[in-house]
Amino acid sequence: MSSATLFGLCGAALVGLGLFGLIAHAEPLRKILAFNLLGGGVFLIFGVVARRGAAAGFLGDPVPQAMVITGLVVAFAATALAVALLLRLYRISGETTLPAGPSTKSHADGATS
Amino acid sequence: MPDAVAYSDVTAGRDFLLVAAIVLPVAGVLLSVALGGRHAERIALSLMPAGLAVAVAIAAGVYSSGAALTYNLGGWMPPLGVALRADGISAAMLVTTALVISATALFARPDFGTPDGQSESRAALTFWTLLLAVWAALNAVFLSWDLFNLYVGLELLTFGAVPLVCLDGRAETIAAALRYLIFALAGSVLYLLGAALLYGAYGTLDIGLLAGRFRAEPATWAALALMTAGLLAKTALFPLHLWLPPAHAGAPAPASAVLSALVVKGSFFIVIRIWFYAMPGLPTPIAAQMLATLGAAAILFGGAVALRQPRLKMLIAYSTVAQIGYLFLIFPLIVGADPDDRWSNAAWTGGWLQLFSHAFAKAAMFMAAGLIYEALGHDRIAELGGVGRALPITVFAFALGGLSLMGVPPSGGFVAKWLMLTAAAMEGQWWWAVVILAGGLLAGAYVIRVLARAMGDAGGPHALRATVPRSRQAIPLALAVCALLLGLVPLEPSALLLIGRPEASGGVLP
Repeated sequence: MSSATLFGLCGAALVGLGLFGLIAHAEPLRKILAFNLLGGGVFLIFGVVARRGAAAGFLGDPVPQAMVITGLVVAFAATALAVALLLRLYRISGETTLPAGPSTKSHADGATS
Repeated sequence: MPDAVAYSDVTAGRDFLLVAAIVLPVAGVLLSVALGGRHAERIALSLMPAGLAVAVAIAAGVYSSGAALTYNLGGWMPPLGVALRADGISAAMLVTTALVISATALFARPDFGTPDGQSESRAALTFWTLLLAVWAALNAVFLSWDLFNLYVGLELLTFGAVPLVCLDGRAETIAAALRYLIFALAGSVLYLLGAALLYGAYGTLDIGLLAGRFRAEPATWAALALMTAGLLAKTALFPLHLWLPPAHAGAPAPASAVLSALVVKGSFFIVIRIWFYAMPGLPTPIAAQMLATLGAAAILFGGAVALRQPRLKMLIAYSTVAQIGYLFLIFPLIVGADPDDRWSNAAWTGGWLQLFSHAFAKAAMFMAAGLIYEALGHDRIAELGGVGRALPITVFAFALGGLSLMGVPPSGGFVAKWLMLTAAAMEGQWWWAVVILAGGLLAGAYVIRVLARAMGDAGGPHALRATVPRSRQAIPLALAVCALLLGLVPLEPSALLLIGRPEASGGVLP
């Protein structure tokens, strides 16, 4: 088994784990962690793509590597935003979970115009 | 073959207007952050005419030349470089976006203005900055001709849109924003995975090059499925709509208008780009039927739930769920049909007109709901009695927007739904015609339910919590009139919307 295949399988496993966590867990924090796992898997797959597409004299195709860097920045910013929202939610309401469904009451009298 | 087709116009490749459409709002965002809250409003308002002019100039250029405008960033040609490209659909989207954003900015001044002598508020700075950010992201989505660039645009759109939901900082809206963000992140990471698979298989993410290189094989199908599923979560197509109603109903009225009218359309636009531009002919008719089935479910479910909402803003938000469903009915009418087929092109035009008229009508309706809330201090439909007398212009704007949602002539919604309906009937897919008619009836029911209350008597003098100036009520009216004017376009496939669309739009694999 070549290293690219091994890493590709690892990436696929991470994607599967992340997707499962994202769907199966109700708590936002677990969903955020699962999103990061899923993202890690995708970046690993980009790495494999880079390795497989290596031209003569290069260790890897630089284009997917550049995409991974952009993707990491985006995932980092997204995680920070999600965690900040969750912390604020906890501070205001003491809750760390989201209401089970979009309830019609959530938009109650305190709603703004 | 498509390689040559897509790049016959690349010699131009230096249309600076395309860059301006993205750079102008981005510069506004950076300036606003640097200069602070008091200036953010002025920066945003002064950029609106310039942005509108750029959008109109691009549309005029596309229309007069009959070909797509392109710009190769840094002078590098794809596959090494990244291209921007404005074709018929992007030109029309740019103009619609500029109009709705400008109207929103005017409408939001009393809510988020910082008059002299008043201290700056964080919500105001955030609103104006993010309004420009959403505009920049949407323009980037409409102009990108590279799947990874589209990913970046999509993420910028999420980051601009999510905080708009929770500007007031209440626990309910923060929970709504968090739910929205989680759906959006799951969607974009699936999209990114699809992009990785495509790059791995074909070594390019340029849409034009990809259209010439892709083959019908498992990697391509997997990529198409992953990207479509991810984008559906961001477009809030049933059953992935759960995040939309609390987010769109909880946001402040100007933010709701932008979110419902424009932001969900950004990801829909990318679905169209992938299905008909990047991989034309790959999606099978069965896949298209499945997509339209979800659309039909959205129309019926969204309409039925909207009917049962006690609050006006929730009703309008569920109506968005239903109206998004119509956009997906065009897929089975186009996939598999001859690209020159008159009825397939009628469905194409109908779908886009549905998008534009919904954008104007829904922005008008959310603004009208915001004004009603401001005047009454609540938006309980059961207690709307007499508001028609207190705010006649606002209720009239709401009614005009409602006409477009129902598809009553003369309105943009009528032309859109009529084109889709005839295309469905002429292509022998009558079941979609039934759904369109049923959806129209549901929309009629929920709009009239609101109007009947609003026009009815209050059963006593109406105590208004605040008066709303007429100049402010005129803004939703102007938007609703835009939706109405779209009803004057000829009832036939539009030439503008077909500019730059690949010849092989269905059936034949390269």
